[in-house]
Order: sequence, then structure tokens, then C-alpha cells
Amino acid sequence: MRRLAALVLLLLAWAMPAAAVDPGEMLADPALEARARDISKDLRCLVCQNQSIDDSDAQLARDLRVLVRQRLAAGSTNEEVVDYVVSRYGDFVLLKPPFKLSTYALWIGPAVIFAGGLLAVFAFYRRRAGLSEAAPVPLSAEESRRLERLLDGDGRA
Amino acid sequence: MKRLLFLLPLFAFVVLAGYLALGLTKDPHVLPSVLIDQEVPPFDLPPIRGREAGFRRDDLPGQVSLVNIFGSWCVACRIEHPFLMRIKEEGRVPLHGIDWREESPEAGPAWLARFGDPYTLIGDDPRSVAAIAFGVTGAPETFVVDKRGFIRYKHIGPLTPEAWERTIGPMIEELRRQ
Repeated sequence: MRRLAALVLLLLAWAMPAAAVDPGEMLADPALEARARDISKDLRCLVCQNQSIDDSDAQLARDLRVLVRQRLAAGSTNEEVVDYVVSRYGDFVLLKPPFKLSTYALWIGPAVIFAGGLLAVFAFYRRRAGLSEAAPVPLSAEESRRLERLLDGDGRA
Repeated sequence: MKRLLFLLPLFAFVVLAGYLALGLTKDPHVLPSVLIDQEVPPFDLPPIRGREAGFRRDDLPGQVSLVNIFGSWCVACRIEHPFLMRIKEEGRVPLHGIDWREESPEAGPAWLARFGDPYTLIGDDPRSVAAIAFGVTGAPETFVVDKRGFIRYKHIGPLTPEAWERTIGPMIEELRRQ
């Protein structure tokens, strides 16, 4: 029974969402702690690069989490904390890239390509429809005469 | 005109492929520093055990110097260490150290006692306070600081004689003239 309980506990611990924050670094104030978690989720771990510092077990991620909390506790706003980290590590530290001149292609590019594709498909079908539905041009006088001759003649036009 | 329109997708493809190919040639682990040409951020570190003086931002202005981030746990730091000793012995440039994230207060001093101490000033940075201020992502990293206390260059990885010949040496000469 004891062993079963231990197993269940172990599985539960295993099934917990992956957050690397350990209780020792948490802030006493739940509101501040929640803000710290929010900020941490958007900051990239510079060591592992594709994890947020909230998820990462890297030492540097831990130290950054502590720094975020210290700054919040000292009264900084969320923006000020994020700005500080960006001022040291650049936009790269943001998991979600900012909307600015150097990233316009990143943000707008896919939409532009999609719109271009849509336009091309539209143009393609309109042209095809135009080809099939166009009313036949009536024969000119010269063409009618040629046709007459062909129909009742000996075939020599 | 019609033919040109026909070539447009091909043109777009070539531009996009070129752009993406350029991205592939970049090493994603080398991050450009945003601190180049900016003043060294404020930091004030206590001394490591066995030293009197710590290391802070205000120690930097006045002469061209190097700031080297190292740790006794860092394998690549072991590789660059003999070259740092050479810089010290030949008196090329003042070299300051930030002893980063030592697990115990003994670790850094023991490492320097064993392999030699090339540093003019050293600060102890167990909690990455100065390391984060410098935007450090790993050790070793070395910063070239000019006379005004502005960061002019960041070298990632072990400082080698090649890097000195090619970039850092000439840069220090240039900065001394300014």
C-alpha cells in the first residue's frame, strides 16, 4: 500500500507541468510571483535557446528568474523588467519577436505570400472561366463567303 | 510584360531562397552583443577570497582594458588560461576577471592558485549579477573596454593567440590612440 502511494506520488510529480521554478526562488506575494511567471514564460533561455527561462533548468535561466523577481520586488513594472533584459541580451531574448522594422518580413511575410497565392488562384480561375464562357465572335463577311464556298463547292477554297 | 509577370514567382523564389540560405550560414549560438559601443553597465562585485579589492564599473575608465568572464567549472576557460597568463606576463593590457558562478567561495581562488592568476582586479559573481549585466550567455567571454569605459568588442569562447593577432591586439592599439 505504502509502495503504491509512493508510486502514485511519483507519477503525479512526473505529470506536473514542466516548470523549473523551485519553491526557494518564489516570491511571498502571490500577485508578484504570478507576474514573474508571466514574464519568465516570454523570456528565452540563452543557454538552451528554445525554452523559456520558466521551463529551463539551466543555471543562467535560474539566475535570470531570480533577477526578474528581485526587480519586481524592487517595484519595477513588467515592461521595465523585460526592457532591462532586452537591453542586455537584445530582442533575441524575447520568445515572441517584437513588431519593428527589422522583423516586418517575419510578421507580414506569410500574409503577403498567402495573399499573393490567393490572387494568383483567383486570376487563374477567372481567366479559365473567361475562356470557356466567352460568346463566339460572329464570322466576318469574308469568313462567311469562304465558308459558303467550302460547304457547297468542291472543297477547293 | 506578360512574360515578366510569368517570371515573377521564380524571382520571388530566388530572393526567398537566398535570404533563407544566408540564415543557414549563421551560427545560432553566436549572439551579437547589444552592448557594443555602450557604457559598461553598472556592477559592483565583492573580492574573491584572499584578495582585498573587488571589481566594479568605476574601476574601468582611464585606460583600455579587458574584462574576462571565467569560472573554475568552465572547461574552455582552462584552455584559454595559458594565453591569459602570457598577456599578464608580457604586460600587454590590464586584464580584469569576473569569477562567475562558483559553487563554493574556495573554488575560484583554488583554481587561480593552481594555474596562475592573470587578473589585475577580480570580482566574485556567484549569482550572475554582473554576468547578466554584461549580457553573458556562457564562459569564457572577453570584453574590450575603451578609455571612457565603453564596451567596444565582445569575444566569445577562449581567447586565442589567433584572435589576438587578428582582432583584439590591433583593436587595443587603435583604442589607445583615440
